[in-house]
Amino acid sequence: MPHIALPENLPGIRSAMAFRPETAKPLNELVEVLLHNTDNTLTPGERELIATYVSYLNECHYCQTIHGAIAAANLNDDYELVKRVKADFQHADISSRLKSLLVIAAKVQKGGKNVMPEDIAAARSLGATDTEIHDTVLIAAAFCMYNRYVDGLATTQPLDEAPYLERGKQVARDGYVAVSKTYLPAEPVAR
Amino acid sequence: MPHIPLPEGVPGPRGPMLFRPETAEPMSEMAEILMRGPSTLTLAERELIGTYVSAQNDCRYCQTIHGAVAAHYLGATEEQENLVQRIKCDPSTAPISPKLKALLKIAGHVQQGGKHVSAEDIAQARAQGSTDLEIHDTVLIAANFCMMNRYVDGLATWTPEDPDFYRQRAASLAQHGYTGSASRT
Repeated sequence: MPHIALPENLPGIRSAMAFRPETAKPLNELVEVLLHNTDNTLTPGERELIATYVSYLNECHYCQTIHGAIAAANLNDDYELVKRVKADFQHADISSRLKSLLVIAAKVQKGGKNVMPEDIAAARSLGATDTEIHDTVLIAAAFCMYNRYVDGLATTQPLDEAPYLERGKQVARDGYVAVSKTYLPAEPVAR
Repeated sequence: MPHIPLPEGVPGPRGPMLFRPETAEPMSEMAEILMRGPSTLTLAERELIGTYVSAQNDCRYCQTIHGAVAAHYLGATEEQENLVQRIKCDPSTAPISPKLKALLKIAGHVQQGGKHVSAEDIAQARAQGSTDLEIHDTVLIAANFCMMNRYVDGLATWTPEDPDFYRQRAASLAQHGYTGSASRT
């Protein structure tokens, strides 16, 4: 049961966002820029894998499952690849550049100071740009927020994977801000 | 030295935020709503939550600037600065309200990981008069600082040494806010 009175018909972060639409707006806008916007040299699939991996490290069931589903929807429905990345990304069929970015993301998850100049140099030598390194750090940091928001309020997190997979396809197609209109009020309510 | 080339002379998160304005905009808006928007938590209480979480995350820039903003709201005296230090070290023995102590306990547990927040933590905060909205905002402020702290340290941003730098910047942030002109430099 959630720690506070959240809307009962919504799972995970959506229940917390519907409870507080004022903060939901920038939360959705941030994730839209970080993961969905196409104006980025990292593919949506790559960025969703970073988010999924950090959520997995933070043991957030809701976030790792929904972002794993969105990642798969962006990667020709290759859900097995998503599971491989979570379990052992060094041996998954992904680029060495993405592996070097996942190393950085995992260090950010533990705490920002864990990121070493060698980690950055390794990513650069594999072709990562400054903006890609920036975005990797911020995606990892942002999911240390989203994961804590979802678990810190003890939101309802369904165990069945099917609804996540269905919604993952929708978010991959339409984006976070568009989909948020299905569960947020049209205008933030006055308090 | 920052891990990526950031604008020089710009402290903490403002360097990467100038580097990447597209992500800076929602981040600034969120800070403004959480830390300065309409709330039954005072400005100082919210800044103290952010300061405490930043101290737990060992982020020197964030704990120093938000501690300075909190002290500014409390009256900007040396006594208030000392109070902020005491809260960072151990809120349970600091001279603050039982309600704020209960909220700082929740924030500290969020910092460790969301699942650390227990039903007892919430019941304790409620018993001291906290509303659901105050509990929500405490959890989100704590979570938000777990992002900001990692952003600041994960990119090795510039952290000034001079305490007066933080006092002056705190006064400016208190006046102009997190989306105002002061936040852009």
